[in-house]
Amino acid sequence: MAKYLLLKHYRGAPAPVNDVPMDQWTPEEVEAHIGFMNDFATRLESSGEFIDGQALSPDGMWVRHDGDGRPPVTDGPFAETKDLIAGWMVIDVDSEERAIELAGELSAAPGAGGEPIHEWLEVRPFLAAPPAFDH
Amino acid sequence: MDDVELRELVPHVLSVLVRRGADFATAEDAVQEALIRALPAWERELPADPTGWLVTVAWRAFLDMARSEATRRDREVRFDVEPPAGAVPSADDTLRLYFLCAHVDLTASSAVALTLRAVGGLTTRQIAQAYLVPERTMAQRISRAKRTVGQAGVDRPGDVATVMRVLYLVFNEGYSGAIDLAAEAIRLTRQLAALVDDPEVHGLLALMLLHHARRRSRTRADGSIVPLAEQDRSQWDAGLIAEGIVIVRAVLARDRLGEYQAQAAIAALHADAPRVEETDWVQIVEWYDELLRFADTPIVRLNRAVAVGEADGAAAGLAALAEVDEHVPRRDAVAAHLHEKNGDLAVAARLYVDAARNAPSLAERDHQARQAARVNQLLR
Repeated sequence: MAKYLLLKHYRGAPAPVNDVPMDQWTPEEVEAHIGFMNDFATRLESSGEFIDGQALSPDGMWVRHDGDGRPPVTDGPFAETKDLIAGWMVIDVDSEERAIELAGELSAAPGAGGEPIHEWLEVRPFLAAPPAFDH
Repeated sequence: MDDVELRELVPHVLSVLVRRGADFATAEDAVQEALIRALPAWERELPADPTGWLVTVAWRAFLDMARSEATRRDREVRFDVEPPAGAVPSADDTLRLYFLCAHVDLTASSAVALTLRAVGGLTTRQIAQAYLVPERTMAQRISRAKRTVGQAGVDRPGDVATVMRVLYLVFNEGYSGAIDLAAEAIRLTRQLAALVDDPEVHGLLALMLLHHARRRSRTRADGSIVPLAEQDRSQWDAGLIAEGIVIVRAVLARDRLGEYQAQAAIAALHADAPRVEETDWVQIVEWYDELLRFADTPIVRLNRAVAVGEADGAAAGLAALAEVDEHVPRRDAVAAHLHEKNGDLAVAARLYVDAARNAPSLAERDHQARQAARVNQLLR
């Protein structure tokens, strides 16, 4: 088994094919999208491949240490050009093919007109633990 | 005896150990140990005197812990196997436990965790599951909290006000796992109300009961939010509402108003309306004005603006909203609602989009996205 991080972006990913923002959708299209997302997580839980998923607020800032005894420096809110992560899902799957397959399914979430959004998702393998057998 | 009845005994058992001279931190561990042993043992046979059983087992566990600690530090064991004769703990001892767990030096999350364990009798694993954190993290939080309480001593314990804040936080966490924290908060507040006759404690209990009564109707099966105006009121728990209203009436008659009583009065007015159209918004605004005397916060002002919008019309609501801090969470959502009510659909649609973007939870984000889509459709 190998763990993968699926990342969804608010900004920074290439534009999706069906690029109509959610606030322009009909109530039925919004409903279908939310239903799809709920079902996806439930399905992965029942297949034993779901580890964790969280959504992130678009708010945030950069923070860094500024020397002992001084408060950390902050910079924010994020500039409009910054790549911005919207949420993540960690999955534990048998192969990279399976991770790609699942990301593809997630990217097919319905959007405007009930058509798949074809949103770009980032798929990142976890660095694994060292092998148990020495060679 | 079920799990809850077993846990009811915890504060008393812990008080006995402390009375006998055990230090709080070790005594608390010993009681946990006794609880863990009680579950399988009592399934086979319930003891005639469950409290006595727990005290005996917890005291032995305490002695074992104290001895191994003494060996580790190469000290004498100061306790005999026979417990020293201590006075039987009183209600005040249990109350002191509440105060200790809401110690002013503890952070909110530590006070919550310690209260749930030492007074509520939940295991570390149960508390960890309820707050969706790893068990080891919760164990560390609790042992650090006990160290803080131990170091600070009992000289600066909390008071009724800090205890109520802790219980309010527990209630607000609601329901996210196997442990129903809202029900647990109600149980502990009920117990507190029996220990100390403070009108605010009764107010807090009523507030919890009245909100808890609406829980079933507040979300759909898929987790989506149902706003108060759209809730199926036949699903509200009439028993809890009746109890809450009786408590509110009795405590308001004592004429010693406070923050929780005012909130409970507002909750009672909502609970009292068989249909949303029958809600007495004028009285609700009056109660918000009372509440502001005790807790003038942006959140109270925001909720008051909603009530004003219902009592005196959307324009009045928007005027009240204009005085509310720009940065308070959910302000966009209230503004969107009031603008929609005022007929400014384009403004409302834009604000619902903002509300979705700034929503503090996923369920609220989905809810506001649905609202934006609904109003946008009206505009087409």
